[in-house]
Amino acid sequence: MTQLPPPSAKKLGLVIDLDTCVGCHACVVSCKGWNTENYGAPLSDQDAYGANPSGTFLNRVHSYEVQPDQGEAQLIHFPKSCLHCEDAPCVTVCPTGASYKRAEDGIVLVNESDCIGCGLCAWACPYGARELDAKEGVMKKCTLCVDRIYNENLPEEDRQPACVRTCPAGARHFGDLGDVDSDVSKLVADRGGFDLMPEQGTRPVNKYLPPRPKDEMPEFDVLAPYLEPIASDGKGFVGWLDKALSSLPGGAK
Amino acid sequence: MSLDQPQLDTSPDVSDEVRKTTCYMCACRCGINVHMKDGKVAYIEGNKDHPVNQGVLCAKGSAGIMQHNAPSRLRAPLKRVGPRGSGEFEEISWEEALTMATDLLGPIREKHPEKLAFFTGRDQSQSFTGFWAQGFGTPNFAAHGGFCSVNMAAAGIYTMGGAFWEFGQPDWERTKLFMLFGVAEDHDSNPIKMGIGKIKERGARMIGVNPIRTGYNAVADDWVGITPGTDGLFILAMVHCLMKAGKVDLDYLARFTNASVLVNEDPKSDQFGLFLRDDDGQPQVIDRNTGQLAPWNGQDVEPDLAATYRAKGITHRPVFHQMADRYLSDEYAPEAVAERCGIPAQRIRALAADLARVAFDEAIELDRPWTDFRGKKHDKMVGRPVSFHAMRGISAHSNGFQTCRALHILQIILGSVEVPGGMRFKPPYPKPATAHPKPHGKVTPGAALDGPHLGYTHGPEDLLLEDDGTPKRIDKAYSWENPMSAHGLMHMVISNAHAGVPYKIDTLFMYMANMSWNSSMNVGGVHKMLTDKDEDGNYVIPNIIYSDAYSSEMVAYADLILPDTTYLERHDCISLLDRPICEADGVADAIRWPVVEPDRDVRGFQSVLCDLGARLGMPGFVNEDGSQKYQDYADYITNHIRRPGVGPLAGFRKGEDGPQGGRGDVNPNQIQDYIDNGGFWLEHVPENAAFYKPFSMDYQNWAVKMGFYDAVQPYIFQLYVEPLRKFQAAAEGIGERQPPEHLRERLKLTMDPLPIWYGPLEDDQVDLDEYPVHALTQRPMAMYHSWGTQNAWLRQIHGHNPLYVPTKIWEANGFEDGDWAKVSSTHGSIVVPVAHQASLNANTVWTWNAIGKRKGAWALDEDAPEATKGFLLNHLIHELLPPKGDGLRWANSDPVTGQAAWFDLRVKIEKSDVPNEAQPVMPAIKSPVPKGPSALEWKVGK
Repeated sequence: MTQLPPPSAKKLGLVIDLDTCVGCHACVVSCKGWNTENYGAPLSDQDAYGANPSGTFLNRVHSYEVQPDQGEAQLIHFPKSCLHCEDAPCVTVCPTGASYKRAEDGIVLVNESDCIGCGLCAWACPYGARELDAKEGVMKKCTLCVDRIYNENLPEEDRQPACVRTCPAGARHFGDLGDVDSDVSKLVADRGGFDLMPEQGTRPVNKYLPPRPKDEMPEFDVLAPYLEPIASDGKGFVGWLDKALSSLPGGAK
Repeated sequence: MSLDQPQLDTSPDVSDEVRKTTCYMCACRCGINVHMKDGKVAYIEGNKDHPVNQGVLCAKGSAGIMQHNAPSRLRAPLKRVGPRGSGEFEEISWEEALTMATDLLGPIREKHPEKLAFFTGRDQSQSFTGFWAQGFGTPNFAAHGGFCSVNMAAAGIYTMGGAFWEFGQPDWERTKLFMLFGVAEDHDSNPIKMGIGKIKERGARMIGVNPIRTGYNAVADDWVGITPGTDGLFILAMVHCLMKAGKVDLDYLARFTNASVLVNEDPKSDQFGLFLRDDDGQPQVIDRNTGQLAPWNGQDVEPDLAATYRAKGITHRPVFHQMADRYLSDEYAPEAVAERCGIPAQRIRALAADLARVAFDEAIELDRPWTDFRGKKHDKMVGRPVSFHAMRGISAHSNGFQTCRALHILQIILGSVEVPGGMRFKPPYPKPATAHPKPHGKVTPGAALDGPHLGYTHGPEDLLLEDDGTPKRIDKAYSWENPMSAHGLMHMVISNAHAGVPYKIDTLFMYMANMSWNSSMNVGGVHKMLTDKDEDGNYVIPNIIYSDAYSSEMVAYADLILPDTTYLERHDCISLLDRPICEADGVADAIRWPVVEPDRDVRGFQSVLCDLGARLGMPGFVNEDGSQKYQDYADYITNHIRRPGVGPLAGFRKGEDGPQGGRGDVNPNQIQDYIDNGGFWLEHVPENAAFYKPFSMDYQNWAVKMGFYDAVQPYIFQLYVEPLRKFQAAAEGIGERQPPEHLRERLKLTMDPLPIWYGPLEDDQVDLDEYPVHALTQRPMAMYHSWGTQNAWLRQIHGHNPLYVPTKIWEANGFEDGDWAKVSSTHGSIVVPVAHQASLNANTVWTWNAIGKRKGAWALDEDAPEATKGFLLNHLIHELLPPKGDGLRWANSDPVTGQAAWFDLRVKIEKSDVPNEAQPVMPAIKSPVPKGPSALEWKVGK
């Protein structure tokens, strides 16, 4: 068993906008690239060119179809990675202390040199956000790019997680959710950001912004005045045109 | 067990060096930062300074490291040693390969240059490869536009001097309502996603019109699940509603379009349907100042939209009258089109009304004075903040050209093109059809062609026909079968060459196009054509040379393979002479440069062409003493001069005061200047030239200064396209050059100078009761054509492709998860896995494009899911329409442009037993490269 530190004031995390995510997987691959080359063991791939290719990813996008009671079915793209929970069951279940939550910013990490690859943490995580690397035998998870966000070798504007930096639609936001005045906290407040599966009691730091209501274009009856006919055929149209032109600037000759 | 945290180094070294170049994981051409460690590629991210992607990068781009290191990379030139299609090759030296090619091509060039067909697929160097083909002297050159989106490009050029993507974009910063039609999720890739993000951030609205609700359409505020092939009808119904309500921008139409130009309306006149012109040939309008005739572009002229003109017994009415006659007809009433489009009439009205509301009630104004070409000063820029974007979904139909035209008409009557909040052109566009070259096809043995191959026809006199009416080009581009085929018809080359129609060729030379697989219709038939032998035992298509970087399915069908480099090992220029990467507010171009050297015996294809061109003694490729003019492509990029002061790259040219953008002399250090600037060059459009570009003298003068063209050439939008009328008139019997009898009726219908809608041509040839279902493909955002499959990361995202089936068809067939179905067209059938999707037009099935692979290709294991469960719809689509019994070959293409009508496909679907593999199963080809490693751990740094 591993203890969680006292709750930190700074709670770094992601805010993911489900209204804007187009499901392009840019974040998935950017994450794979950065974290293969950086923090800890590379994210390996097995049977890379074969029948059952299977690799380690710290972030995946799932797509779900939703059929509302009325109206057209909708497709929701749902990116998922570690939510850096405040009550992280993956940490408390760890027998070696390899899984830990950083006291200073709340990022949940795995210290790979202490990880025995027992998989208990992946079992304990209700979100399925951890993956055991098949080659290295250690548990891999989102690091919130801890090796980017403070990295003095990067330009300041690049000190954000790779997935956020690369997201083409701007659907991913990074910041301090412990600070109510931060941009991400305001976004959560404005847009009704929510916790994923709050009933699990994990108190995730990451938040999701809900999709805005769809297919709610105003009824035609409200818009009808915009299409009030001025003519029923070409001839009538030309008659209207003569009048309309004379009311334009430079008209009425 | 303790709270002691490990000490972390949160500032590790990121890389030894960052090299900035241009992505080539799709056609979007984003700027990338390639992080190097120990001389190897360690990590790729977007370049924040780059105009296209501004730092973001898609899944494909981020996976570039896996493409660059893919085991499918060809390693050396290959000579075929087994039968065609077997994949049996031996590696040879470059000298042997180039000698073989020269020995083949030299005699062709001396005697019959047209017997070389040179087609270059997803080439990003067409201004160079076209220049090479021109020097060779063959009329048979084009790239892949004919099977991609030429309808969109040609309709845009003829109507308003540009279409979408590299031509134009919504004013993402200001638009309030964005309507997206039929986009394959990647045209263009990152800018659309960035734009949608901006729209969402501002709380503006987005409407998606697409039979399939995925990707961009999944995040649209409203989804219109239209029936495929009916977009034109839907658009014209909205035009009907808007015109009927007078919700049109009359001032804009009068000044900036040919709505006010007078048209001859006397059916007995040989000028019937043509513009009234003055002695200088300028189309005439009535000037509201004088009530008299005046040229459209006369100084201070105020064109009258309403006035007619009668002289010598002939009435001339303005184009706008003709539009009123046509579009106010009940034929285009929402009630008349609703069932066919699959959209309730009330919804069509609501959409039209919403466009009107936003365009006119929410108009915006910028305080930016500008001067139009008639000398009129405007103190403001008025914007109609509705914008549109469209691509292959509406264009890859046999009615696609007219549908794309219809969309532009809708944009224009709303006054929403080149205005704040609307659609904006990207320099060097807009450029009207008249500013483009005409097509050239005059062959002289041993000499260059008489001009550039591809261009825009303006009437029958511009067609490329022999005196007996035979098409000059192997693909029959610019013939009566498709008079405005601005990008050629790559999809017809193999079929025509095999049939010997219009003539036989000797050598087919192709680059970067998987024509034996996902880029061809009728895959099995194409295999037969490529391997067919005549009675003497010789191949019917005698010689095939192919260049590709990877072990694609096409490799097996060539006799000689010239292995290309990966995109990180090569020079390239993303040129203004080609398909530019500019933004509405800026002109830009870019380079690729070898951020790593190849570790294989491969060469950049363009450098190989420099060598081959010199060996063949081609003009433009040899110096006066006969020596090789350009040592490699980088040499050409730097030193080639196309027009005075204009070369492949417009940035960092040599000026009197140092490097300058636009026009200038050759700068020997130009490529290094680009590298030092992050791989690209960008110069902003002056603020008062940023809108109304076709009409604004502020823009026109700047465009000349930058070298986009050599003299100002303001123009007005062509609602009525007179060149179409000229072809139509010929079909009615007017003029010297006459179409063949069997094409007259089709030309009369389809070459209408005002947009019309007609049903997809395949519908006339197919029993729609038997084949009631539409079948489409879409490209996933994380894959580009066939390229993604060899990528170990991307294939984990899209490793197989079920056929997605809507609820109605799913239930009718009693499908369950894990089921397979037999899908049949009049041409063939496939057996494939199915999956249910509710958010889908009720009569449409679809799948991801080009996931299915042939066994033996791309260095994949033969039991890879791409080869066992993946499939292509291409097996169901033929390059010809079903025979009509007239003995003629009718291409499955748009009759105006020749665009491949991929999306006209009709199928039936029935439950099948679960087979071992997706059907049809093709025999494996022998891989010319070894298999890749089983496990990957790609960490290059220590």
